[in-house]
Amino acid sequence: MLKYVISFFASITLVFFITNKLYAAGDAPKPPNIDWHQEGIFGTYDKAALIRGFQVFQEVCASCHSLNFIAFRNLLEIGFSPEEVKLIAAEYEVEDGPDDEGEMFMRSARPSDYWPAPFANDKAARAANGGAMPPDLSLITKSKVAGSDYLYALLTGYRDEPPEGFELSDGMYYNDYYPGHQIAMPQPIYEESVEYIDGTEATIEQLSKDVTQFLAWTAEPKLEERKRTGLKVLIFLAIFAALAFVIYKRTWKRLKIKDTEE
Amino acid sequence: MSTPVPQNKVVQWIEYRLPVFSWAIAHGVDYPAPRNLNYWWTFGSMAMIMLVAQIVTGVLLSMHYTAHVDHAFDSVEHIMRDVEWGWLLRYAHANGASMFFVVVYVHIFRALYYGSYKAPREILWWFGIMLLLLMMATAFLGYVLPWGQMSFWGATVITNLFSAIPWIGGDLVVWLWGGFSVDNPTLNRFFSLHYLLPFVMCGMVFLHLWALHHRKSNNPLGIDIKSPKDTMPFSPYCTTKDLFTGTVMLFVLFVFVFYLPNTLGEAVNYEKANPLQTPAHIVPEWYFLPFYAILRSVPDKLGGVIAMAAAILILFVLPWLDTSKVRSARFRPIYKQLFWVFLADCVVLGWIGAMPAEGVYIVIGRICTIYYFAHFILIMPLLGRFEKTLPLPESIHQSILDKSLKSKTGNIS
Repeated sequence: MLKYVISFFASITLVFFITNKLYAAGDAPKPPNIDWHQEGIFGTYDKAALIRGFQVFQEVCASCHSLNFIAFRNLLEIGFSPEEVKLIAAEYEVEDGPDDEGEMFMRSARPSDYWPAPFANDKAARAANGGAMPPDLSLITKSKVAGSDYLYALLTGYRDEPPEGFELSDGMYYNDYYPGHQIAMPQPIYEESVEYIDGTEATIEQLSKDVTQFLAWTAEPKLEERKRTGLKVLIFLAIFAALAFVIYKRTWKRLKIKDTEE
Repeated sequence: MSTPVPQNKVVQWIEYRLPVFSWAIAHGVDYPAPRNLNYWWTFGSMAMIMLVAQIVTGVLLSMHYTAHVDHAFDSVEHIMRDVEWGWLLRYAHANGASMFFVVVYVHIFRALYYGSYKAPREILWWFGIMLLLLMMATAFLGYVLPWGQMSFWGATVITNLFSAIPWIGGDLVVWLWGGFSVDNPTLNRFFSLHYLLPFVMCGMVFLHLWALHHRKSNNPLGIDIKSPKDTMPFSPYCTTKDLFTGTVMLFVLFVFVFYLPNTLGEAVNYEKANPLQTPAHIVPEWYFLPFYAILRSVPDKLGGVIAMAAAILILFVLPWLDTSKVRSARFRPIYKQLFWVFLADCVVLGWIGAMPAEGVYIVIGRICTIYYFAHFILIMPLLGRFEKTLPLPESIHQSILDKSLKSKTGNIS
């Protein structure tokens, strides 16, 4: 049996190898692999980075992008105190109503409110952005194949001039990692775009890394709980499987004993 | 030999009116299983665990899900973020579907290797194929429910296949959609059917097991049970073994659920469905890829649909296409090798299904598709005629005795 299994995998590998040689994949550059704090079995979010990343989001991204799945109360999870969350929420206005007169009215946001979108609707968003629609950022890292690596590469992948011979359309910008290289979003992050409250030096790389980690959290807020639970579950199952194996082997011994008795 | 029904008064009262206890004992405890069953025979019970797990997680998820184009995507995110343990339920359900397919595919290939589909188990085999078809339908319907980009476009591509049917195709698709495109009525009926079909599967599992218990399990030697010495009672022998392998399966499942929850899914499905924007590559879930490759290998749309359907339907007549009198590949030296070639063919098809349909991928896909059908239509009938099979052992019990004798005398041949 083993012989067959080995030759089976060997031949499949061969087919893959030959085909890859014959037919190289397209020229889309792969985003460099970054060791994110939240990766790995014991990976957790870097809370300080999340707080800084939130600041970048708030001061840079939020002017065009929505964050529909995040409520102000969710900021408690990355380390803001209830008072801070109340203060952050109070900076924003949301529509409520109708009141007793049947009128909609504006009031300052509460922790239970969701992050207000910068535009009233998709049409308004497009109109304000040269026809391009700034996507909602809540799930942006999860909806891309390379995830956080892609977002970081995109944010740091702008070039002032497109390479020679590249036809850039009007109102578009050149990016190394955006599919097709033409992106409607101008470079959003520059040196010192944000003045960090905690005094961290605001390089393009630092700002991009921090906001990427913040958006990784908005996409997968239960990551830490998931990994913690997973470890317990797997340890339990490993022990249970070992016990089940012993029970199984002991039980089957009875069959063998019966044979030798004959 | 048979285990007695407990003498408890309540048990006896019920037993007199409806013999559930003696029935459960006959099928869950005393059922005689061949003594030589190996690990490949534990995948059926794993499939049953997965069916139950999918129903339990699915019912809980449906309590928080909203089947409406404007709310489906948001309600799934609500489950992921706000529902207590919702993320676990959803990841377990999504990855559970993959685990279900893994164990069912192993279960099917085990049947192919050991000739479990042959007389007198053809009807048992048919119920198995029907289960596979139901499972595929359920998985497809379920994948549409989160209403992400791949949900929407997958549904569009697959339902559009029906338009290839001559004369009625166009009307049929409109009827399936409940409108003129994949839209809210489509999502609603998909949810309804996704909830319904697993219970149809439960009924089908019952029939599958009925047929199994009537003609008894096949075994690695592929020979019939000849005396009680060839068998062991289902409990405790099969139950303890299934408990072990079932736990190992859950371990594997939970590695994915907790540490690789999105690896098997498509990233773009975390983007809300947008009927105006087609994703760059529309790919089905991994378990459909071999069939997707067959579909795309035929240059004609109707032809492709027919080939894809035939790829599964041909299994129904396999018991007659396979002309060999010997069941188990252990005694069929050529089939034993061609089985692995066929399995490799299916894996390569799966990989082709994930690649764009261009260049060398098309050529490989076509060769593998032709081989897939040749395996059933040419190789199986001819092999049975010309293959020189090895002598079969006298009985299951005898072969076990021979084996233990050999290992005692240290004979390694």
